[in-house]
Amino acid sequence: MNLFDILGPVMVGPSSSHTAGAVRIGRMARRLLGEGTPQTVKIALSGSFAATGQGHGTDRALVAGLLGMQTDDERIPDSFEAAQEAGMAFAFSRVNLSGEHPNTAKLELTGRSGKALSMTASSLGGGRIMVVEMNGLRVSFSGDLPTLIVQNRDQPGHVRDVSGVLADDGVNIATLHLYRDYPGGSAVMIIETDKVVPEESLDTLRAIRGITGVTFVSAEKEG
Amino acid sequence: MAIESLAVLTEAGKHEDLFDVIVRSDCVERGVTPDESIAQMTALYGAIRRAQAGYDPALRSRSGMVGGDGARMRAYASSGKTICGEYIGTVLAQALEMGESNACMKCIVAAPTAGSCGVLPAVLLPYQEREGLDDAAMVRALYVAGAIGQVIAQKASIAGAAGGCQAEIGTASAMGAAALCYLAGGSAEAVCHAAAMAIKSLLGLVCDPVAGLVEVPCVKRNAAGAMIAMSSADLALASIRSAVPPDEVVDAMREVGDRMDVSLRETGLGGVAATPFGQAVSEKMNTMI
Repeated sequence: MNLFDILGPVMVGPSSSHTAGAVRIGRMARRLLGEGTPQTVKIALSGSFAATGQGHGTDRALVAGLLGMQTDDERIPDSFEAAQEAGMAFAFSRVNLSGEHPNTAKLELTGRSGKALSMTASSLGGGRIMVVEMNGLRVSFSGDLPTLIVQNRDQPGHVRDVSGVLADDGVNIATLHLYRDYPGGSAVMIIETDKVVPEESLDTLRAIRGITGVTFVSAEKEG
Repeated sequence: MAIESLAVLTEAGKHEDLFDVIVRSDCVERGVTPDESIAQMTALYGAIRRAQAGYDPALRSRSGMVGGDGARMRAYASSGKTICGEYIGTVLAQALEMGESNACMKCIVAAPTAGSCGVLPAVLLPYQEREGLDDAAMVRALYVAGAIGQVIAQKASIAGAAGGCQAEIGTASAMGAAALCYLAGGSAEAVCHAAAMAIKSLLGLVCDPVAGLVEVPCVKRNAAGAMIAMSSADLALASIRSAVPPDEVVDAMREVGDRMDVSLRETGLGGVAATPFGQAVSEKMNTMI
């Protein structure tokens, strides 16, 4: 841990895992949807999030993140009211996601365009998070580095397509992980990079046949 | 140079000021310039000051268990009747205020965690005022505190779920002891021994939050952690040394954390969380969502 992992984050309390981490989970879902504030959100809380989430403001923190707030935003306690003003409908439920980290939430979002996203993420402590499911596929990424998410049909050549485009643009790959549901089905590539992937590269990728979704999330800047 | 142990810190501090050693280490570790590093730490101290100013005695936590004690303590501190004296009364008030702000969803600075965010401000802010120090001096002390926290995080843990409350309040207290000792002109050796003596005093402290909330007993433990930080700093400044070498104390902290039963590590199942009172609060909170 570096010096500013020890001193910090600057955050709205009471808990780095249950409050700050929850804000980051909400933000991550909003950014993965990629359409600004979602229209409707269903949030299912599991484990300790369900048991102690109300007292920790986990519910308000998740909604705050979905509205784009950072972990140090003083409006977090009033996020339910802010959601109403922003026209974002939300509903909470409890779920038992056995096998997942105790601090886990599953979010289902619908954007203004009708675009849907499902995402499950865990809060690991100290405000760090891990996305463990996206649109039904098992994944694993934190958002600590710039992250490119490419959804494609599970067929030969797409890793070459993507790595080729990144190489042409001088983007170094830090880590690369592949996930799929079954051979020939849906696949997702999670690529952590050392710098921002240019918008033109994303458009190039989107035009490739067999690639069904391209999302880029830059690294979170600390508040 | 990576600051991987208190021995490394003590040795490096023989030849130059600990502040310079730690800034350089941060620059290597995060790939930043000294100016960037110091600007970030200065901003962090500003955030601590804003958090101090943001205390509202009228606020209550979601469970209703926490709020208003900081103001009570501050009023009592100036009554002239305290056992510990006005200065320590102010330290206790500051610790409670910050812990309460955290529980009431105000903005705070985790140091090292949100639950232990009151210790460092409690020992630093009143000391700055009493000694008339500028913010630059306090920022230098934050580097020393942070480096102690880094060593503990690396060799033991700063998470209650992993090491119990000794990992949170214990670490915060060690960081506070080191920062005070440094500000008062203690040597690098004294700084590390101040940290070690604070850890030893809080070794074995369990993490037993009522209803799993960062409220009871967390807020008041910030006051206790601040007191031990001050007493440990004074012991070290009196040239008293920890008989057990500081790094071995941190190793012992890890071992104690590893042996600690899971019911005593932030699960809300043991300690004061398991009392009839704790269980009643837990049931009440469970029906609220």
